[in-house]
Amino acid sequence: MDEITTAVRDYIIREYLPEGDDRQITEKTPLISSGIVDSFSMVSLLRFLEKKYSIHIPDEAATPEAFDTVERIATLVQRFQKAEVGSV
Amino acid sequence: MAFSDSFRHCYQTDIEGIKAAGLFKEERYIHSPQSAEIEVEFPAGSAVRKCINICSNNYLGLSSHPEVIAAAHAGLDARGYGMSSVRFICGTQDMHRELENRLTQFLGTEDTLLFPSCMDANAGFFEACLNERDVMIADRLVHASMVDGMRLCKAMQDTYKHSDMGHLEEKLQEHQDKRFRMIITDGVFSMDGDTAKLADIVTLAEKYNAMVFVDDSHATGFIGTTGRGTHEHCGVFGKIDVITTTLGKALGGASGGCVSGRRELVEMCRQRARPYLFSNAVAPVIVAGALKVLDLISASTDRRDKLEWNAKYWRGLLKQAGFDVKEGDTPIVPVMLYDAKLAQDIAHDLFDEGVYAIGFFFPVVPKGQARIRTQLSAAHEKHHLDTALEAFRKVGKKHGILGLGRKELMARCAA
Repeated sequence: MDEITTAVRDYIIREYLPEGDDRQITEKTPLISSGIVDSFSMVSLLRFLEKKYSIHIPDEAATPEAFDTVERIATLVQRFQKAEVGSV
Repeated sequence: MAFSDSFRHCYQTDIEGIKAAGLFKEERYIHSPQSAEIEVEFPAGSAVRKCINICSNNYLGLSSHPEVIAAAHAGLDARGYGMSSVRFICGTQDMHRELENRLTQFLGTEDTLLFPSCMDANAGFFEACLNERDVMIADRLVHASMVDGMRLCKAMQDTYKHSDMGHLEEKLQEHQDKRFRMIITDGVFSMDGDTAKLADIVTLAEKYNAMVFVDDSHATGFIGTTGRGTHEHCGVFGKIDVITTTLGKALGGASGGCVSGRRELVEMCRQRARPYLFSNAVAPVIVAGALKVLDLISASTDRRDKLEWNAKYWRGLLKQAGFDVKEGDTPIVPVMLYDAKLAQDIAHDLFDEGVYAIGFFFPVVPKGQARIRTQLSAAHEKHHLDTALEAFRKVGKKHGILGLGRKELMARCAA
C-alpha cells in the first residue's frame, strides 16, 4: 500500500501541479473536488495506474469519488490487483 | 401525463442544488443592439437601464455596424431567410462557398467548411478525422467544445499542463507508437486571455511528427498585425493544420463557425462531421453579413489597432487602481478575485454602478480562481473605459480589495 501511495502521489505532483506550485499533496488531499485533477485530465492518471500495475479499471469504477484522494486511488488499485490475481 | 410528479420533484431538487451551490445562471434581457452601451432589464421585470458593456465578444465592434447590417439586409432580400436544408441536400448557395473561400484566404489555409457554430465544428472535427489508432494531446485549459468533441472521438485522449512545452514534449514522446498525434490548443485562452505558444508547438509538432489543431475563436479578426489570428501573431502563418473559429465573436457576432485547414481534413469533415451533416446550413443573411465583415477587416486594420490600444489602456487603468489583473496582451483582461462569492458580489455592485460585467467561477474556471472577465471592444471609446474604471474603483474600495495582491486576496477568501 505504501509503495502504491508514494507512486500515485509522485505521479500526481509531476503530472498535475503546475511549475512552481508548492502545494503539499497528502494521502487525504482532495484531488477532484479541489480541482487539482478534473474529469478531462483524469484519463492520464487512469492510464498510468493501469500500465504501472497491469490492471484494468472499468469506467464504472473510475468515478470522481474513487479518484478523489491518493488514499482512495491506492485502495482502488489494490482492489483491482486482487481481482487480477483472482482471475488467473 | 408522462412528466410525473416524481420527475418534476427530481429536477426541482437538482435546480435547487445548483442555486444552493451559487452556480445558478440568470439571463439579463437587453433591449438594444449589441454595443459598448446597452439597455438592460435586470432582474426580469425591473426598469430598463443603460450600462457600459464590458463582457461581450464584440471585439471589433462589428455586431451592429451599419455596413454589416446593410449587407445582411441585401443578403436577406436576394437569397431569402432560411435554407430549410442541410448543406449537402439542397442547402448550399454560391455565397456559402464564396464565404468559405474568403475565410481560407484570410486565415492562410487550404480550404474551409462552414458549420452552424464553432462549438459544432469542434464537436464534429475529431470524430471525423481521427480513430482509435490515434492520440489527441490537448492543453488542459482548452474550451469545453473541444473537450466534448474529443469525448465523441475514439482516439486516445491525453492532456498537458497549460502551455507547458516540456510536458507536451513528454507526451509526444510517450505517444510515438500511435498512427497520428494531434496537438490541440486554443489560440487565445478564453478565461485567462493568454496566448498559446504556437511557435514552440509547431516546432514540437515538426520534431515529433504531429498535427496542430487551434481553436482561434478569441483571436480571428484582431490578433496579429493584420488580425489573421494567433498563428500570425506567433509567426507561424500557414503552418497550422487545422484552425477552427467562429463568426459569432469578432466577425460580426451573429453565429456560424468553421473548420479551416489542410484540404483533406476539411474534406473528411464534409463527408463525416455529424454537426455539418445533420444541421441546417448557415442562414444566407449571416453569410452576407460575414462577407461584408471580411471586406471591412481586410481593407483596414483600424479596428484591431483601436482594440489593441483600448486593451492596453484598460489593463493599465485597472493595474493603476490596484486590481490584481492577469498578465497578457489580448482584449481579455481578467480581474482576479479568487473567491466565487466576491466575484458575484462585485459583478452585482458594478451593475448597480452602470457597468455590465460577469463573475466567473468553478466549474468555468478552476476552484479558487474566480474572477471578473472584462473584454474590450473597438466600439469602446476612451470615455467608456474611464467611466467603467470609476465604477470598478468605487466597488473595489467598498470591498477593500484595492492594492491587494494574489496572496492577500487568497488569504481573504480562505478566511
